[in-house]
Amino acid sequence: MIRFEQVSKRFGAKVVLREIDYEIHRGETFVIVGTSGVGKSVSLRHMIRLLTPDSGRVWVGDDCVSEASGKQLERILGRFGVLFQGAALLQWLNVEDNVCLPLRQTMNLPDEEVRARATEKLALVGLEGVGDKMPADISGGMRKRVGLARAIVTQPEIILYDEPTSGLDPVISRQIDLLIDSLRKQLQVTSVVVTHDLYSALSIGTRVAMLHDGQFAVCASPEEFVASEHPVVRDFLQAQGIAHLDDVRKAFGK
Amino acid sequence: MITREPQIFDEPTNVFQTAGRRLILACQGTGRALMMLLGAAVQTPFMFSRKNRQDVSQQLYQVGIKSLGVVSVVALFTGMILALQVGLELRRYGQETNIGMLVCISMLREMGPFMTGLVIAASVGSAIAAQMGTMTVGEEIAALDVMSINPLRYLMMPRLVALAIMMPLLTVYTNLLGILGGAMVGASQLGISWEAYFDNAFRYAENKDLYVGLFKAFLFGLIIVTVACYQGFTASEGAVGVGRATRRTVIVSFLLILIVGYFVTRLFYQ
Repeated sequence: MIRFEQVSKRFGAKVVLREIDYEIHRGETFVIVGTSGVGKSVSLRHMIRLLTPDSGRVWVGDDCVSEASGKQLERILGRFGVLFQGAALLQWLNVEDNVCLPLRQTMNLPDEEVRARATEKLALVGLEGVGDKMPADISGGMRKRVGLARAIVTQPEIILYDEPTSGLDPVISRQIDLLIDSLRKQLQVTSVVVTHDLYSALSIGTRVAMLHDGQFAVCASPEEFVASEHPVVRDFLQAQGIAHLDDVRKAFGK
Repeated sequence: MITREPQIFDEPTNVFQTAGRRLILACQGTGRALMMLLGAAVQTPFMFSRKNRQDVSQQLYQVGIKSLGVVSVVALFTGMILALQVGLELRRYGQETNIGMLVCISMLREMGPFMTGLVIAASVGSAIAAQMGTMTVGEEIAALDVMSINPLRYLMMPRLVALAIMMPLLTVYTNLLGILGGAMVGASQLGISWEAYFDNAFRYAENKDLYVGLFKAFLFGLIIVTVACYQGFTASEGAVGVGRATRRTVIVSFLLILIVGYFVTRLFYQ
């Protein structure tokens, strides 16, 4: 569904992605983990053309997103919903208007239908009755959920999550993880998650990839990831106190 | 897409490299800003559409009505200062009755559009740059791009329309208040009657003076919105970057208002 073909990217002297090759399959939850500044978000931004590779190509289905422009790019972007790190809500619109925004601006739907869809998506993320609140009046976790409702209101095939649990307390983080997992099941979407939270990655991911030094050190199922002998992965697991997948399952009450 | 990749360069090795790079970046920036203005201008037919008319009316209110207070004070005192300075000099030659003409023509041709431009650049321009800059560093502009919502249409066009309409209107208001301020000083400090002042003021002023002033105001409006949106959309590095964008907006707008004002005057009053 999404394919990176020999993608390289550098900022000045710093090489962030080094001839990276991988494919994300339809319906899976692909989680990219790694330390800060390693290029996780850079990788995500290539999928939606906020960045273009210095060399190589990024494909979404049969479309080359890194070379698309105009209507073709608009069509490709229409397949995505994105939850940005800070939720990226427009501060002068209330919660409902934020969720309605992509429908109002890009589709010619009657206002009743727009509102009905927004209410439905807000309910899906567990935010009923907060439509008239302003983004500044709600908590960080709620803002992320509003951002998620806005991301799914256009019924995308692929949802990208950029650090969905950063800055949230552990309880709210787990709620967001469960929400990502349930949305994948309910909406049958492909999800790509960027995080440095291994508990989150191992609990929601169908595959987990560890980005290190511009390439994937490991890209495997959660079970194989935890069992990996790669020193970088072992350090990362150890730093977050994970020895077995059971540690994660226990934390999530699975 | 408005969202651009960060430009990172190697450290310049000598002064020529630094100067050359600055020149290239300035040319690039000017080109991009003009393309943004063009991109927003072609969206103006949508200003009455259901999706945009509320934003346009909101911006008209923000630029026009909310600026009235500060514009009033600046306009009144500009006229008063002009009348006092000129009047005191003219009184030495017994020509103080001519302050009406001098204040009126100065306000219509130069001071009206110029003072309005400076006030709007400092208040509205800086506010636009700060808002766009905050949205850029907070990834809201990127989010609009990804949702296929054109930021030039959704954000810049309503502000462009508001400034293009309101700048000439505010300039008319500034002119009227400035001339009134001059009359007040004339009557209270120079002993010139209101009738004599206004008779003198409107006898020599031409329609051309008003139209050229309004044309300038229109151009100043375009300058302010283009500079503010460009600086906002290219802001980076968090709060520091937003502050930088705001400061640059005010400085660049002031300079362009002065330079463009001079050339328009030269064009029409050769």
